[in-house]
Amino acid sequence: MVELTLDHPVERPSRWIAGLKRGGARLWVGAVLVAVLVLVALLAPLIAPHDPLEQDLMSAQLPPAWVSGGDSAYLLGTDSLGRCVLSRLIYSARTAVAVALIAASLAAVIGITLGLVAGSFGGWVDQVTSRLIDVWMAFPPVLLSIVLAAVIGAGLTSVIAAIVVVDWTRFARVVRAETMVQLQRDYASAARVIGLSRGGILRLEILPNLVPLVVTLLAVEMGIAILVEVILSFVGISVAGDTPTWGGMIAEGRQIAYQAPWIMALPIGCIISSVIGFNLFGDGLRLALDPVQRR
Amino acid sequence: MTAVLAVRDLHVAIYDRSHAINVLRGASLEVGTGEVRGLVGESGAGKSMLGRAVLGLLPANAVIGSGTVQFEGRDLIAMPEPERRNLLGRRIALIPQDPMTSLNPVKRVGSQIVALLRHHLALSKGDALERATELLVEVAIREPRRVLELYPHEISGGMRQRVLIAMAFACDPSLVIADEPTTALDVTVQRQVLQLVERLRQRHGAAILFVTHNLGVVAKICRTMTVLHAGRVLEEGETADVLTRPRHPYTRALLAATPRADRPAEALCPVPPALIESLWSEARRLDRQSAMAAP
Amino acid sequence: MRRGEFFRRFVLIPPTLFGVAAIVFVLLRVVPGDPIAMMIPPGASAADINRLRAFYGLDQPILHQFVAWFGQVLSGDFGRSISLHQNVFELVLARLPATLELALLATSIALALGLIVALVGIYLRGRHAEWLVDGGIGVLLAVPDFLWALILLLLFGVLIPWLPISGRIDPQIDVSFHSNFYLIESLLTGRIDVAAALLEHMILPALALALPFAALVARILKASLAEAEDQDYAQIARARGFSRPKILLREVFPNALIPTVALGGVQVTLLLGGTVLVERIFSYEGIGNMAIDAVINRDFPLIQGLVLTFAMLFIALNLAVDFVVTLLDPRLRHG
Repeated sequence: MVELTLDHPVERPSRWIAGLKRGGARLWVGAVLVAVLVLVALLAPLIAPHDPLEQDLMSAQLPPAWVSGGDSAYLLGTDSLGRCVLSRLIYSARTAVAVALIAASLAAVIGITLGLVAGSFGGWVDQVTSRLIDVWMAFPPVLLSIVLAAVIGAGLTSVIAAIVVVDWTRFARVVRAETMVQLQRDYASAARVIGLSRGGILRLEILPNLVPLVVTLLAVEMGIAILVEVILSFVGISVAGDTPTWGGMIAEGRQIAYQAPWIMALPIGCIISSVIGFNLFGDGLRLALDPVQRR
Repeated sequence: MTAVLAVRDLHVAIYDRSHAINVLRGASLEVGTGEVRGLVGESGAGKSMLGRAVLGLLPANAVIGSGTVQFEGRDLIAMPEPERRNLLGRRIALIPQDPMTSLNPVKRVGSQIVALLRHHLALSKGDALERATELLVEVAIREPRRVLELYPHEISGGMRQRVLIAMAFACDPSLVIADEPTTALDVTVQRQVLQLVERLRQRHGAAILFVTHNLGVVAKICRTMTVLHAGRVLEEGETADVLTRPRHPYTRALLAATPRADRPAEALCPVPPALIESLWSEARRLDRQSAMAAP
Repeated sequence: MRRGEFFRRFVLIPPTLFGVAAIVFVLLRVVPGDPIAMMIPPGASAADINRLRAFYGLDQPILHQFVAWFGQVLSGDFGRSISLHQNVFELVLARLPATLELALLATSIALALGLIVALVGIYLRGRHAEWLVDGGIGVLLAVPDFLWALILLLLFGVLIPWLPISGRIDPQIDVSFHSNFYLIESLLTGRIDVAAALLEHMILPALALALPFAALVARILKASLAEAEDQDYAQIARARGFSRPKILLREVFPNALIPTVALGGVQVTLLLGGTVLVERIFSYEGIGNMAIDAVINRDFPLIQGLVLTFAMLFIALNLAVDFVVTLLDPRLRHG
């Protein structure tokens, strides 16, 4: 008889540490960028040197402090109405984060629910949902969100609605596909044999396996939400009134691009680092949470 | 008379994150002109590695520690790359293991054979096509012209293997390395393939190194054989001798474990784990010895 | 794709378009925002407003409006633009070539760039420099087309004023064109000076559209090349004495093209969708730019016509991509 037992227990490092190591540089860099963004958004009233809405027409279109003609009171210069660019950038981060969080979560909830339903029920439910997704995806996303925001009118709600309406399909498709794959796996059949109801299977077996996927999608979605918000505010149909937004600043800056290029350039930098941050974070999370690298 | 292939004291190790795994431990063998030598061993014994070392196709993380591989008296290891490429496919050929994945799926059979012929023999397109047709006739493929126009997925596995054999003998090689060519086929097709290989060998006068784990195949087609385990040669000699009067306990154990028509199934006994264990400790002892001897 | 499948996809186009049309139609009318109110001059009488409303059929119930509109569409009449006072069909047709030329230029640049980067990347496989290629692709992917448009505008339009940043052609150049395909026509008739002027205006927006797509193509192609290179048939080719570059180009590349076209081809629609903002940023007179104005002005007929146009282009593109994949992969061809 061949001896089949192990001589000594196998030591395995903690799952968390293994995950963190798998995430690699992407996870850290992404996490830092996202953290900075969130902190700036949260602490805006404390760190902004000026009131973002305060106008000082005597100091209009001042360049950043280190350029000749700049004023040290306005570190990053002022716009055409003399408003502090740095403060506006900081408060815009607030809008961006708020929109990103709410919109991404809502899109996730709707998309995941529909995806789960379609994937697990199959049959005509799946057919209808898939047709719906197909039709939805035949729309040019940018155009659709602009149409929506325009007709609903300016305001936070319309921006969020636009993002959710446009991008819930991203979650739905992936979750649907993954659900179908998981349901075909042996452990799902085994669960059915034991007598678990469909809902039970979903909750106990499928959902935990979807978590890494969903978390990654969420991070990516937040990056997308920020971009959509930028687009909408650039076109002029985002949050109401003077509320500073990066997109709005870019639109203003575009008009005076030759005279005051920094007004356009600085928000672009903020947007890029935020989006890259969310992408890297999402990528790093995917690597960290997925015990078997599927890619 | 120089042997076609002379492997002497070959040491190959694979490096996996600065951790070295020895796959060949001083293996030596010789194949003379027109000789058919079988190379047997269980999976992981190092058979494929030896074949790959001869072809110069070791994986990127493999290192040849010491030893020589000589083809018709020329040193293959030290040979410059372009010279070796000249030999491969022409003077040294390979019959690969899996006919299902060894042919390019998006190119027609004919175009693959013709490409080989034109590359090594500098034939015109018309001449190459003629030669390709002759080759297919040699491997007993009916309607050769039609098959040349087909894609690999349009012909059966057995036919694909015959095409691969044809391609191996296409340029009249002096050495053919057959890497378990019958493993992926069923028994009736196996016999035909073996007969084919023997016939082609006689016509083209090639020597064959037949890598397999199937002793039955070795008995049928190989005049000499070498037994490999843990990268070491345990026994070698004329097949008839080795199979009827095995000297090494491992060879004896292999024979006892091989199903035979004239022996009841109950008489089969697996290779004793103790034997395997002792062989591995011997191998590791040799590793330590050579590690200490190294500077 | 088998002929049956192709036919089925073709047959599904009208219902899909119908679905798109219906959704947009209802959406526009259900949510607040009155186009009439936006275009009347101040001091117009109530009677005028009502007359206008009736003229555009906006006083009818939604279902009536939809049936009427769809009936007109089926006979080729897309209605009249509320803000521009012209036939929608003619308006769209007039600007469509500009966008198509831009998209075509952008796609060509993207494919060429993606191909080169992928080939360089696969050549450097396993070496340290490969990280550079992967990193570069990552950066390019993270920045969307409209941001590239803004960056390029700043860099090459403002800070280093090489290129113009608005319009399709210098208004001082006066050449009469037969069609609205300015670039193609000028190239075909040998007017290189005009073509050069056109390209000056097109290169920045085309580049903005091309960069993210190029990065995507490069990433997918490089991954496919790597996967194909690891396949048995490629390894065996090395045992037959072929050199690595030759194997990459002759054996591996045709195989790697298949998943690249399949996965990347779909994304061309993203490039097309990107024209909306990029044209706006560069004040380029295509249908994307028109779409934004139409929306801001609540010009229902024009919005509907443009959305349908985009939808049709998307669907046509998807079908074309699937067709190309069938051409590339012999395993898909037989029933």
